[in-house]
Amino acid sequence: MLNNKDLLGIKELSVQEINLILDTAAGFKDVLGRDIKKVPALRGKTTVNLFFEPSTRTRTSFELAAKRLSTDVINFSVPTSSVVKGESLIDTALTVQALGADFIIIRHASSGVPHLLAKNLNASVINAGDGTNEHPTQALLDAFTIQEKKRKIAGLEIAIVGDIMHSRVAKSNIYCLTALGARVRLIGPPTLIPENLKAMGVSVFHNMEDGVKGVDVLIMLRIQMERQGKGFFPSTDEYSKNWGLTPERLCLAKEDVIVMHPGPMNRGIEIVSEIADGPKSVILEQVTNGIAVRMSVMYLLSGVKR
Amino acid sequence: MRIHIQNGRIIDPSQGLNTIGDILIEDGKIKEVRETIPPHTPLGKRGRRGGNSPDTRIIDARDMIVIPGLVDMHVHLREPGFEHKETIKTGTMAAVKGGFTTVCCMPNTFPVNDNASVTEFIKRKASQEGYCTVLPIGAITKGQKGEELAEIGTMRKEGCVAFSDDGQPVMNSLIMRRALEYSKAFNVPVISHSEDLSLSEGGVMNEGLLSVTLGLRGSPAEAEQIMIFRDIVLAELTGGKLHIAHVSTKGSVDVIRNAKKRGVHVTAETCPHYFSITEDAVKGYDTNAKVNPPLRTAQDVEAIKDGLRDGTIDVIATDHAPHHRDEKLREFDTAPSGISGLETAFSLSMRLVGSHILTFSQLIEKMALNPARILQIDKGTLGVGSDADVVIIDEKKEYTVESHKFISKGKNTPFNGWGLRGMPVITIYKGKVYEW
Ligand SMILES: [Zn+2]
Repeated sequence: MLNNKDLLGIKELSVQEINLILDTAAGFKDVLGRDIKKVPALRGKTTVNLFFEPSTRTRTSFELAAKRLSTDVINFSVPTSSVVKGESLIDTALTVQALGADFIIIRHASSGVPHLLAKNLNASVINAGDGTNEHPTQALLDAFTIQEKKRKIAGLEIAIVGDIMHSRVAKSNIYCLTALGARVRLIGPPTLIPENLKAMGVSVFHNMEDGVKGVDVLIMLRIQMERQGKGFFPSTDEYSKNWGLTPERLCLAKEDVIVMHPGPMNRGIEIVSEIADGPKSVILEQVTNGIAVRMSVMYLLSGVKR
Repeated sequence: MRIHIQNGRIIDPSQGLNTIGDILIEDGKIKEVRETIPPHTPLGKRGRRGGNSPDTRIIDARDMIVIPGLVDMHVHLREPGFEHKETIKTGTMAAVKGGFTTVCCMPNTFPVNDNASVTEFIKRKASQEGYCTVLPIGAITKGQKGEELAEIGTMRKEGCVAFSDDGQPVMNSLIMRRALEYSKAFNVPVISHSEDLSLSEGGVMNEGLLSVTLGLRGSPAEAEQIMIFRDIVLAELTGGKLHIAHVSTKGSVDVIRNAKKRGVHVTAETCPHYFSITEDAVKGYDTNAKVNPPLRTAQDVEAIKDGLRDGTIDVIATDHAPHHRDEKLREFDTAPSGISGLETAFSLSMRLVGSHILTFSQLIEKMALNPARILQIDKGTLGVGSDADVVIIDEKKEYTVESHKFISKGKNTPFNGWGLRGMPVITIYKGKVYEW
């Protein structure tokens, strides 16, 4: 059982809850392998995708998860909604709830928006990425993928490479993987790794070669082009030379290392194509697992007593 | 009309008073302050003692503390321009409820109080609708844009008691230098909202581990400290009178303490939220805890208390910043900064007395006498002949903060639900009695 009606972040979950979600996801993954990929678990429920930031892949993944559970799905995306007319966020959310939404999948550029909605709505709010705070289902699907490949998470050396400061994926991954007992390293330029993150029990490397040495898992983050020119790094070229994942650097990791990326990738910047498409990459499996994990989350939230 | 306050503990640091006694008020002025004033026999018009005068209101202040009306040198009354947040009427009513009889309103209204006609409007409105004295603070620069000096001299004549671009720093060091120089001609303090905007850029809370884990843009303590240091150096250069608004960090307290040791003419204020709560109040994205400068760490809170104790910080002001409910009920990033502070400030500050950081008399210095001295106004005293601005405190009265009951239009407070002790029960403003 989950304790809250909402999934706001990994921070808000206990280790037991994380494991429950992962175990339940394994069951749904079996379903996804069948000919008929749909279960009637949540028939009659309504899911609303409320995306204030465009994201085809996350929205599609939630949409598929919701449909596989037999809920009705409405996509309420910004350009077609009244948000552009200056309606307040809370009014938009109340409107969506009045339409009968049981699940509200929210993505927003401001951190804490899912929390604001959760406080003011009866529907289950699922955070699909808020500002630079969290992207909990991404971390859960990453953990699920690692567990599937490595049979365990505790004790693994896992490196997250890139713009940690602005990455909600990195934040959720740090909470999730450290909670599950992994040793987490952060790699990137000092401008993108806040010094005080060390307090969270992670180690920090500014040199890519040192950081990659002996890792079991590499999670590469997307570099946002707009960070250059704001003083975080001088150019994507220089970033790539110092922190991009190349075959030479990958050799420093463990023999059986797996490479992950939440997508969309900047090929040739944070990761070269031969690795992204190579045998150590599990990037496409992450996508498949995303559906199973999101089904698991929705299914478990539907059982929470209000 | 006379008011005779009897048997209260009179605490008035302006006269070094801390004694049980009586106060007699006549025609809105303090007439007598002494151990006992004979009951019902005030001096008659012709100099003889009268009998039982129906004109005299007796207030029994036994077990109560009687203090001068508090002076708040930093409020936002929002009028003109933002009357949905607060008006001069509602803001001054909230002030009186909170024990304040003089408030100084910051110029970031619409239009900005950067010229004498806006100053005149505020003064006139306050005399018509206000419940206490309103002393405007004029803008340092036209439109608070930080580019050209506003007509400081003309506004001073119209009644402005200080100058500040509060809400915004004066980023240009040359303009700030000129302001500190020019204001000397009119003998008025320049109040610095100290924030290096290039360093605080986009920050919505204190920078630290918590801002990282909440995914909120942080503003480092150094953004405040750097600007305070710059302004102190400019005050040294020019000999102008500098007052630092809302000090919130340990580093700032250190910088000011050192400057005072060097003899720089600088004074400083802090606000109740900077010594009562930490950045932890932001957890859960509570926009009522969004304030500028942001709430800081426990270490900073301790340093602010030290600064109050050793006199580095002269004044406790509220930075009363009321906002409409709808404005706070939104994304943390875009919600406006500010706390509605007038109705909780005194009780929160009394906790400093409870924890032996200040004596009660020192508290009244910080909340009445010192701001009056900095602004050179004849307030914050129970001296004979001064305005009868008197507050009676029940220091034992316990209550729970209920923001929906605030008189202020701004219900935005992180202290809702707090149990507090000690509050004003009667506020007398120029002889008019408000009681609750
Ligand atoms: Zn300010």
